Amino acid sequence: MPRMVSARKPKNLLYTLKRLLSYMGRHSLSLLFVAAMVIISVLCNLLGTYMISPIIDSIVDGGGMDALVKGVSFTAFIYIIGVLAAFGYSQVMNISSQKIVYDIRKDLFSHMQTLPLSFFDTHQHGDVMSYYTNDVDTISDALSNSFSAVIKNGFQIVGTMAMLLVLNWRLSLIVAISYACMFLYVRYSARHSKKYYTRYQNSLASLDGYIQEMVAGQKVIKVFNHEDENIKGFEEKNSDLQAMGTAAQSYASTMIPAVVSISFITYTIVSLCGGFMVLSSLTTLGALASYLVFVRQAAAPINQFTQQSNFLLSSLAGAERIFEMIDRKSEVDEGTVTCEKSADGWAWRDGEKTIPLKGDVRFNDVVFSYEENHQVLKGVTLYAKPGQKIAFVGSTGAGKTTITNLINRFYDVDSGEILFDGIDVKRIRKDALRKSLGIVLQDTHLFTGTIRENIRYGRLDASDSDVEEAAKIANADSFIRRLPSGYDTMVVSDGSNLSSGQRQLIAIARAAVADPPVLILDEATSSIDTRTEDLIEKGMDRLMEGRTVFVIAHRLSTVRNANAIMVLEGGSIIERGDHDELMALKGRYYSLYTGMFELS
Amino acid sequence: MSNLKRLFALFGKYRKSIMIACILLIIETSFELIIPSMMADLIDNGVAYGDVSYMLRKGGEMAICAILALITGLTYAKFAARAAYGWGASIREAEYRKLQTYDFANIDRFETSSLVTRMTGDITVMQNMINNGLRPLVRSPVMLILGLIFSFSMNAKLALVFLVLVPVLGMGLFVIVRHVAPMYSVLQRTVDSLNSVVEENLRAIRTVKAFVRGEYEEEKFGVVNTGLQAVATKTNRTAVLNLPLFQSIMYICVLSLMFFGGTMVISGELQVGELTGFLSYVMQVLNSMMMLSNVFLLLTRSIASAERIGTVLCEEPTLKEKKDPAAEIPSSSVEFCSVSFKYSANAKEETLHDINLRIEPGTTVGIIGGTGSGKTTLVQLIDRLYDVDEGSVLVGGIDVRDYSLRTLRDGVAMVLQKNLLFSGSIRDNLRWGDKDADDSAILQACEKAGALEFIRRFPQGLDTDLGQGGVNVSGGQKQRLCIARALLKNPRIMIFDDSTSAVDSATEKGIRESLKRLDGVTKIFIAQRISTVIDADCIFILDDGRLVSSGTHRELMETSPIYREIYDSQMKGGML
Repeated sequence: MPRMVSARKPKNLLYTLKRLLSYMGRHSLSLLFVAAMVIISVLCNLLGTYMISPIIDSIVDGGGMDALVKGVSFTAFIYIIGVLAAFGYSQVMNISSQKIVYDIRKDLFSHMQTLPLSFFDTHQHGDVMSYYTNDVDTISDALSNSFSAVIKNGFQIVGTMAMLLVLNWRLSLIVAISYACMFLYVRYSARHSKKYYTRYQNSLASLDGYIQEMVAGQKVIKVFNHEDENIKGFEEKNSDLQAMGTAAQSYASTMIPAVVSISFITYTIVSLCGGFMVLSSLTTLGALASYLVFVRQAAAPINQFTQQSNFLLSSLAGAERIFEMIDRKSEVDEGTVTCEKSADGWAWRDGEKTIPLKGDVRFNDVVFSYEENHQVLKGVTLYAKPGQKIAFVGSTGAGKTTITNLINRFYDVDSGEILFDGIDVKRIRKDALRKSLGIVLQDTHLFTGTIRENIRYGRLDASDSDVEEAAKIANADSFIRRLPSGYDTMVVSDGSNLSSGQRQLIAIARAAVADPPVLILDEATSSIDTRTEDLIEKGMDRLMEGRTVFVIAHRLSTVRNANAIMVLEGGSIIERGDHDELMALKGRYYSLYTGMFELS
Repeated sequence: MSNLKRLFALFGKYRKSIMIACILLIIETSFELIIPSMMADLIDNGVAYGDVSYMLRKGGEMAICAILALITGLTYAKFAARAAYGWGASIREAEYRKLQTYDFANIDRFETSSLVTRMTGDITVMQNMINNGLRPLVRSPVMLILGLIFSFSMNAKLALVFLVLVPVLGMGLFVIVRHVAPMYSVLQRTVDSLNSVVEENLRAIRTVKAFVRGEYEEEKFGVVNTGLQAVATKTNRTAVLNLPLFQSIMYICVLSLMFFGGTMVISGELQVGELTGFLSYVMQVLNSMMMLSNVFLLLTRSIASAERIGTVLCEEPTLKEKKDPAAEIPSSSVEFCSVSFKYSANAKEETLHDINLRIEPGTTVGIIGGTGSGKTTLVQLIDRLYDVDEGSVLVGGIDVRDYSLRTLRDGVAMVLQKNLLFSGSIRDNLRWGDKDADDSAILQACEKAGALEFIRRFPQGLDTDLGQGGVNVSGGQKQRLCIARALLKNPRIMIFDDSTSAVDSATEKGIRESLKRLDGVTKIFIAQRISTVIDADCIFILDDGRLVSSGTHRELMETSPIYREIYDSQMKGGML
């Protein structure tokens, strides 16, 4: 899937800034403290420098060593305050900026959890990871470097401007015009470089995705001698990234030299004009000299200001991407019906009404497509009575997995309806719905943590004995006990230290500990030795007892025990019935069962 | 530091850009120092004497200098940007190229997410070193040297103060950097662990949603997030000390100059004007060094990143290729002679122990055994994905170590257990097998692999986009595409490591039939289902890394209790 690149208007910059400021607002007290300390530190610096002339004057006036010692100690006192202020604001700013970044990361992750599954199916993991790795990082850098600098330089600019106006308003007009020129240039180049920065960040994300995918598939690349082609693909993206980065930085880097040069030109013009003013007695030579010192000083903060804007720009581009993600629509949940588990079993609560949760599921003429114009389910109607086992059989791609995706509302139907105990699933709150449905997926993903924690994922308040009980139901108990640290064995990198059969057993235990009234099983048969296979089968059987079960079946035994078998083909149910009925039909099921189904 | 040096060597053709950028910076800095003195001339010699033509001449000179400074500045921007991003791209490419030479054993050592950061985030840090660091890094020494020269020429005695304090400052910075550098490595590890939580969440998002564990995941993330906040705060707490330290030194410098200078003025050794002039130079120099201190922090961070990049670049491939390798595979036989193997030298038990077997050219064999019995390891040795510890593996009668890896792997097609497809169309993916394959060849391979049936159903056919890792097709479809991809290689030997597990048995049977028609190609099946290997010419049974028996289905049913046990349980359970 290509990355979404939305058109960016300048007002987005303001919007992004506003969003960022709202995060900073949560720490306004600390930031105010930082601002105050920055100003104190600047004032102390200026005052200390200013002290030079009165001290010298006092010596010249014959104050001698006494006056010198006094003056120097006073200046030292001011400087100590300045250093303390600098120490204070740098420490507080560090703490606050880390808190702000913490909040942003937290919101980013929390919001991500609410996004619909289609987001994850259509975005590369590397792309999403890039929000956390690249974008948050630039914001953090900008906060810790730029915030205090902006205040410091802003204060200095304002102060210097005021001094200039007081000293000579006529010449200050020239300085004002030059400031305006600098400002305009900075804005111009910022706008251009931001455009490229956004593209740069997007190329970075796309390269990130490419590397992620290829690194994950590195072993396949080796087996196919595909290294050279792979490098070619990489180089394309890499040079794209390089071009964007160079373009963005070329613009951004011109700011400092441009501002410096403008300030030199101003300096020249002011000197000349000032000179003529002296000649026409509008001002004195001494006044001009001191005025020029200030003009020269004025350039430094502007210079630094622009330097900081480099940081700010790249971080704003990152922030924009992050806020775009946070602004993405969450999974809609218009449901109001909740479910609860009491001593008498599970029940739905629909306003005042309480309906017992029995596990009666009906599909009425369900049509669904992942993409437009490509229907995956073409009008599926089926029902499962409480406690029944419904098996889906059919060739890969027939729509079996899609049906289960719809029951727990990973996706919503295009038309038709799904009823759960007579309630349209759209009216049921998603968390309630999903809690009532246990699921064992074909690919088992485990989390870093102990095996016990992984099983407990099914029900967080399960006690240790509940966990072990569930493992026994799933037939996982014996192998877990044989592991070096038993239930406390750590699962590392998606369970690579366990066999895929063992991972499946844990997934079954996970569903068992949740103890849901309805189960969805996507039977996986890959890479499991016969003994483990046997364990899984028995575990599954025990798990299915007394529940309504939808199972995507690969095992004959599962199918044979099912109350109803749905044979799917091309998004429709072509045969239905129990094993004996379907065998008698001598249709697709019969040929599948007897292994006579040949490729068409 | 040696890592930084290695990375600097990667500047390559951008070395010129960086040199030019530095020279331009030096010129620009000199302008900055010259213009004020020209201004002084303008005032002192021009305005003071009312010499208008002198004023205009000096003013003109200043304007020219300013414009020259602008031109150098803008040119610098271009060269610096080119150097920074060119360098970044070179490093990234070097890393990526290095990665391509990695063997399975190397790949096993790195986590995917950490490799990705090493090629993106870490390189951004290096680039920023140039973007934000080069200017102060070049300017400050120039300022310092010029400032020292000027101040010594003004008053050597006072300049001594300067000379004493600069090393003190240097020491202070050094101490901070020394202290912070290892903390940045800790910080980076914390960042990695946060990333791995996010990655795990993304990978298992279906499980998370199915169990309504969003909040739980948020809590989990909250823990690493808080941890990262704490570590980052701690690291930066030390790092930001450089600001007050710098200010302290600068202020001490100014105060000492004031005191000693003042004393000298009192004793008549120094003029007042000299002292003020001296002080203003000192301030300018120290200010520019202040900027330098920020660069040191940047450098500290980049050292941590450089180290991580260095690890990727230093990793040496474990498999060595022979100098004059065999050019082609003479026959499609496979032979194991007393092969023993373990994955790491420290492992207690051997994964494979004293394996002896021979597979005749053009035959079909099956390998069966429990999980962890060493089946996958065994076939991976044929393709030389790992090297044997003892004994030898012969393909076509020649030791696999005597082939070039390319020849060997072109001749041996392997459909891995954990096989992957990549973003792009079906056609793109299948062409991995043969990059010149035309559509008819591709479709033919698809037909043999049983993939044609569903490709035909896709509205876009071979142009169907597979999505990252092939998410747009089901597991069974993926496996069939992987088989088609391997078929397109036209290999001498084909290895299927449980490659049809997600394919329904009817389709699987079809695939097996068409594979049978591949003449002269040795086919090796690792399977869980006995039905997959039932009509193989020979079946090998592995148990705990040892070859326990071999023979045809019929023979094994009579001689091998293990085989019979498996057979019985599968026939009873049955599979669809």
